[in-house]
Amino acid sequence: MILIVDMNHKKGSLGFEEFVLPIASVVKKWEEYAIVHYKELTPQSIASVRKVILSGTPLMDKEFLHHYTNFSWLRETDTPLLGICAGMQFLALLFDSGLKNCLEIGMTEIETTAENPLFSSNFRAYELHTTAVEPSPDFEVLARSDNCVQAIRHKKKEIYGILFHPEVRNREIIERFLQH
Amino acid sequence: MMFMKLGVLFSGGKDSVCALAKAMEKEEVVCLISIISHNPESYMFHTPNIELTSLQARAIGLPLIQHSTKGEKEKELGDLKHAIEKARDEFAIEGIVTGAIESVYQATRVQRMCHELGLWCYNPLWKKDQVELLNELVETGFHAIVSGIFAYPLTEHWLGKNIDKDMIKELIKLNRKYQISPSGEGGELETTVLDAPLFKKRIVLDEWGIEAKGHAGVLSITRAHLGNK
Repeated sequence: MILIVDMNHKKGSLGFEEFVLPIASVVKKWEEYAIVHYKELTPQSIASVRKVILSGTPLMDKEFLHHYTNFSWLRETDTPLLGICAGMQFLALLFDSGLKNCLEIGMTEIETTAENPLFSSNFRAYELHTTAVEPSPDFEVLARSDNCVQAIRHKKKEIYGILFHPEVRNREIIERFLQH
Repeated sequence: MMFMKLGVLFSGGKDSVCALAKAMEKEEVVCLISIISHNPESYMFHTPNIELTSLQARAIGLPLIQHSTKGEKEKELGDLKHAIEKARDEFAIEGIVTGAIESVYQATRVQRMCHELGLWCYNPLWKKDQVELLNELVETGFHAIVSGIFAYPLTEHWLGKNIDKDMIKELIKLNRKYQISPSGEGGELETTVLDAPLFKKRIVLDEWGIEAKGHAGVLSITRAHLGNK
């Protein structure tokens, strides 16, 4: 079972169809999934799942920035996590990373900077963000664009963050996370 | 509960009507926005029967902002921006909804525009399985007809046909054989919605004409009225 975490500002928002269901459409080909809104996420909700994917949000939706400190318990989990865009920022902040302004909308060149199981070489990806992560020393940088860090991995845990949207283009990245 | 005030980019085709329906379920839609492009090959905008959007808006019961564009690539985006600004100023919209499904080209441009204008941007059909979407439309009572064909092997016989289960089966076959997008999002096929659950009245066609050559053609609706449901 895979848990998909809806990072939109409220449960049942119009962003659910755009940011959560496209992830579900990739996952359902491989495994059963459940969806939970992030404000309802508990240690129990991730205890019985194999992996967790945290969604992105609309450009204007920064609500998660006001709530991430309530989820410091996620630092202790051994469940593999993948955060996409807002989900990446949420996870990175939990491990003392910073954020900086970085606007990227549309297809962008990505350069892989460290070997990893999810992607390799250079490729193009769909971006939709106004901020990017400045990773803390807990993370290794896996990929960059000309403007900012595009992917990170925790040095001791199976926690990934990806700034671009693999559910739009590069869906195989999500599949590799599920299979790895 | 506070609802967000939204404007929907409205072509009168099945995707924009479906996006409107989804937006109305969750937020407050206060206006529709239509761009009348004088370029039938517009990269951004649906063109067949776009003038019918004023009648469709009346059928739905929402105000419509219409704006014309010559349809020159990139310049037409400036025209769209003016229309969205007008919607923001007149109806205090906080965001825009589009019927984009796969087109990164369209989505990127509308997202940038909304960012510049400080508006939310929602695409509730984004990445939705196109056959699933067509089935959903038929099952929920949409009455949509084919009003434009722009790809091999489509011919004028498609024009005016209702989207129903048989047509969906045919579109699946064409997708397998010719890679035609089942929902026509690649511009292969355009539709016009005459009725849907959210319509308070239905559109009744009085007069129309077909212009077609080879694998390109349009059904032009020249006269129509509102009928009771």
